Amino acid sequence: MAEKVKEKAVVIGQEQIAGGIYSLVLKTRAAQTAVPGQFVSVYCKDQTKLLPRPISICEIDKKEGTLRLVYRVTGKGTGTEEISTLAAGDTIEVLGPLGNGFPLQGERPMLIGGGIGVPPMLELAKALCAGGSRVSSVLGYRSNDLFLKDQFTAYGDVYIATDDGSVGTHGTVVDAIKEQQLDADIIYACGPKPMLRAVKEYAAEKGITCYVSMEERMACGIGACLGCVCQTKDVDHHSHVHNTRICKDGPVFLAEEVEL
Amino acid sequence: MSDKVLHTEVELAGVTLKNPVMVASGTFGSGEEYSEFVDLNRLGAVVTKGVANVPWPGNPTPRVAEVRSGMLNAIGLQNPGIDVFAERDLPFLEQFDTKVIVNVCGKSTEDYLEVVERLGDEKRVDMLEINISCPNVKEGGIAFGQDPKAVEAITKAVKAKAKQPVIMKLSPNVTDITEMARAAEAGGADVLSLINTLTGMKIDIERQSFVLANKTGGMSGPAVHPIAVRMVYQVANAVKVPIIGMGGIETAEDAIEMMLAGATAVSVGTANFYNPYATMEIVDGIEQYLQRKNIADVRELIGAVR
Repeated sequence: MAEKVKEKAVVIGQEQIAGGIYSLVLKTRAAQTAVPGQFVSVYCKDQTKLLPRPISICEIDKKEGTLRLVYRVTGKGTGTEEISTLAAGDTIEVLGPLGNGFPLQGERPMLIGGGIGVPPMLELAKALCAGGSRVSSVLGYRSNDLFLKDQFTAYGDVYIATDDGSVGTHGTVVDAIKEQQLDADIIYACGPKPMLRAVKEYAAEKGITCYVSMEERMACGIGACLGCVCQTKDVDHHSHVHNTRICKDGPVFLAEEVEL
Repeated sequence: MSDKVLHTEVELAGVTLKNPVMVASGTFGSGEEYSEFVDLNRLGAVVTKGVANVPWPGNPTPRVAEVRSGMLNAIGLQNPGIDVFAERDLPFLEQFDTKVIVNVCGKSTEDYLEVVERLGDEKRVDMLEINISCPNVKEGGIAFGQDPKAVEAITKAVKAKAKQPVIMKLSPNVTDITEMARAAEAGGADVLSLINTLTGMKIDIERQSFVLANKTGGMSGPAVHPIAVRMVYQVANAVKVPIIGMGGIETAEDAIEMMLAGATAVSVGTANFYNPYATMEIVDGIEQYLQRKNIADVRELIGAVR
């Protein structure tokens, strides 16, 4: 298992890349062991906000020892708003890398990201591409604020779906897949639950193996508190019920193993 | 610093802890997850997450919510049941030189007794903590902890079967906690632990709905610390049995405050979630305080403020 450390990470830089969406680069030991699909817990300086913010890893640079986190500011006075004010040279407490990450499989993988589920797909696209897979990415956005889209083009074909129809397919990522008649031998997805549900259904129809990255409110982030569980088809190995820990046993699961 | 030997051991019902720092049930699993961050050998005791006679699935999500200087949880005592616990978690804990306190939960008196009897012959279990104060389950839990007659009855029933010393864990969600403390003592409790979480609620004003699926949850974290200190002080003045104090402890200063109020040992709970090293910092911090104040024995702190 990857070594987890809680330490003060140094901010290398931060920029706003879309409305409410920020890109933060941190120098942290966690970069050395991180894999695509993992996340880190980011702690606020405001001590009245106790719990860490779990944020997915968008890019890993082992040579520079940095992680890139792309996240949404969830509102005024929130922890993510505080994090968005960090600038180069500042420090921030980070615990990670956490969770299991995506298994790297498939010759023709399809990566599906919706909204703030787009960022973790970037490192996955990079890793699969480096491994010789022919990657296609289907990205869903609310409107024409297509953050990270251009970076995905470096790793394969990119298809866009927008809620308002301003770019690409007017509709969901599954609408885009059907419209473009896309095919794949494996599917990876991260995004809101309704999207994951639709992708799971699509993958099951087509008989394609599908991995989904799940999200839930977390407290400890390391599997102790049982706050962030999701329902599983089979009895889970930890509590022997049908609730598995997203932070520790996930966030990535085979779609057929979890209830969406 | 001084090379004087510090006496950090404390005693709870004949069980000697190497120091007064333990963890609060439900915040530390059975120790495995935190063993990646802290040396469990340095803890006075590990208190496990509540264990029932059979697996419990717990509540729907969201189960946790952050509030200012605290959090709400409504996990609902998800646990694998006594069989898995005894086969998997006890052998894990046996590797460490620390005391093992098993927190026991149930929906009925019979449920509690089944677990208590099952653990009777387990040499690896040093004490039992009976959870009669969980606010997040409909049956059992707090229903046993808000009526002095019920507290005394369940304590008596457990004591009649238990082979290890019994800790009764009290709820702060009562008008007078000393009444419950006296009832537990009258029922034969060896030790009392307090406080469990305070029932709270958080509403999402954008969605105009409850943040927690369970609507209410137990509040913990530094915001509840002064309430816990007050209740430990009151209970210490009302009963003779030793007290394990908990509620919002995040630093050695908090732990020392709790001991001065009357606690023999302290449990670190929510702080583990945001600082996995909290327990170790508290063990070290208590020793530094004793040296700085020239106090040779940590027991001198217990109830020193009257």
